[in-house]
Amino acid sequence: MPRDDVPLDQATFDRVLAEELAKGTDRRVAEGRARSAAVRAHRAANPDAHAEAAPAPAAGTAPAAAAAAPAAAPAAKPAPAPPAVAAGVAVAAPLTVPQREAPLPTGNLPTPKKGAPDKHRLLAIVPPEGIMRVEREQGDRVHTWPHLLIEEFIAALIVFAGLVVFSTFINAPLREVANPNLTPNPSKAPWYFLGLQELLRYFHPMIAGITIPTFILVGLAAVPYVDRNPSVKPGDRKVAITLFTILFMFGSVLTIIGSFFRGPGYNWVWPWAQGVFFEL
Amino acid sequence: MAKIKLPSPGELGDRVRDSEVWKSIFRPGSIFRKGYKDTSRDRALATMNNVLYHLHPTKVKRHGLKLTYTFCLGGISFFLFIVLTVTGIFLMFFYRPMADVGGAQAFTDMQNIRTSVFFGDLVRNIHRWGAHLMVLSVTLHMGRVFYTGAYKPPREFNWVVGVILLFLTLGLSFTGYLLPWDQLAIWAVTVGTNLAAYSPFIAKQANFLLLGGAVVSPDTLLRWYVLHVLALPFVLVLFLAVHFWRIRKDGGISGPL
Ligand code: HEM
Repeated sequence: MPRDDVPLDQATFDRVLAEELAKGTDRRVAEGRARSAAVRAHRAANPDAHAEAAPAPAAGTAPAAAAAAPAAAPAAKPAPAPPAVAAGVAVAAPLTVPQREAPLPTGNLPTPKKGAPDKHRLLAIVPPEGIMRVEREQGDRVHTWPHLLIEEFIAALIVFAGLVVFSTFINAPLREVANPNLTPNPSKAPWYFLGLQELLRYFHPMIAGITIPTFILVGLAAVPYVDRNPSVKPGDRKVAITLFTILFMFGSVLTIIGSFFRGPGYNWVWPWAQGVFFEL
Repeated sequence: MAKIKLPSPGELGDRVRDSEVWKSIFRPGSIFRKGYKDTSRDRALATMNNVLYHLHPTKVKRHGLKLTYTFCLGGISFFLFIVLTVTGIFLMFFYRPMADVGGAQAFTDMQNIRTSVFFGDLVRNIHRWGAHLMVLSVTLHMGRVFYTGAYKPPREFNWVVGVILLFLTLGLSFTGYLLPWDQLAIWAVTVGTNLAAYSPFIAKQANFLLLGGAVVSPDTLLRWYVLHVLALPFVLVLFLAVHFWRIRKDGGISGPL
């Protein structure tokens, strides 16, 4: 649907839209292209109507001309405004860029270093319709407001409601005051470290407590640099997915064992028979 | 006597929304500003003229909204972090990290929060359960990112930032675990930190640095308190800023698959 806040040429819009659709372009992209073509067509047909929207040629080139004013002699060849003069001036030039007779720099401008690129692109010429032109594939996009924000809001609400209800009915534990001389049996780390504590049963503490955790963290961080397979399709990533799933399951199983299947003396218990020795 | 005609609530609302103050707060496009139209233009402006523009572009890929792509897990982790910050600040008003011989202030303060502070018990529960939930949601978020292959170029570095965030989340949770200063706290921390005593070469130093002594002591409590309420959250926020900035710079949410 053409928006009504920018004037555009309806005939061009319809024609380009039909063309793009015939090419099989996505409808959103097609509409964008049709709109930008229509805006440009409208501007080309009514140059005066946009006088205040886009600075007139004279106004657009004014800073460059003013800076170069002392050198009244016209330049030998038409050159784009020299960088030093144009620096910092972003000009919205009109549709057809006029041939500018910019004089060559006089004064003592610094001589460029040898081998330096002979042009510094400090000035961008932005055609008036530029900000409306569809430059890249828009893809299938929706507005953040309301679509995404409402979704995020609802997710936050659900989590918060769940947390409040849970916290109303279930108290966080608070045992007796700390006593360094009285070791509880069993003594367990917080649940997210129980996988490591479980490993202590099988390995030397240096392996279980230092080597393996370091390896996990460094290994995780290295994942994107090791897995150079560019595809994100699950079918193309069988090895990566299998490895990760095995490791993830391994960690989960160790954590569950450490949490629920270990009792006094950190010995094996069946939670349904001897009870659960686990606190959060 | 001339009757003063009070404006109706509707008129009052209109007048407030017409005031300079209101308009200076809610920029054009804000849904709270008069004249908001549900047009493409105002929808875009609603994001653009809002502090949210730091987090979200005006438009997002449609598939990114599908619940089964992100499961909202990153967002939920962030939300939990905010909830934990707010409830944590509340708890700080009533808690002193002291446990010197003769009176474990930290512990009695905890009891006090549970029994005498208005809503203290509820807030403490939310803080504790929320912390466990955050560890879980961050871990699951990592899983989601892995299974969608979202760490692939150009998002490699954001995954690394994520691993750091995971580490910091665990650090926050673990340092917080000590603060109630009950039997659960010091022994869980003793078991957890005993492992540091096995680091190669720097075992003694590592342990001393972590505990402020050879064993878990009141010095450890102060140290972990500062880490928990100040140092780690500060670092986490820094990395969160990088994380969110990179999501946008890397072209928004990845995919579709
Ligand atoms: C405090 C913890 C974290 C928070 C608050 C957080 C937050 C977020 C949010 C809000 C997103 C947007 C997409 C979504 O919601 O899924 C995201 C994306 C992402 N996160 Fe996290 N994150 C955290 C930890 C992690 C971890 C542990 C990893 C991986 C090791 C990770 C890696 C990524 C990557 C690669 C993306 C881009 C995903 C994509 O484009 O599909 N983040 N994160």
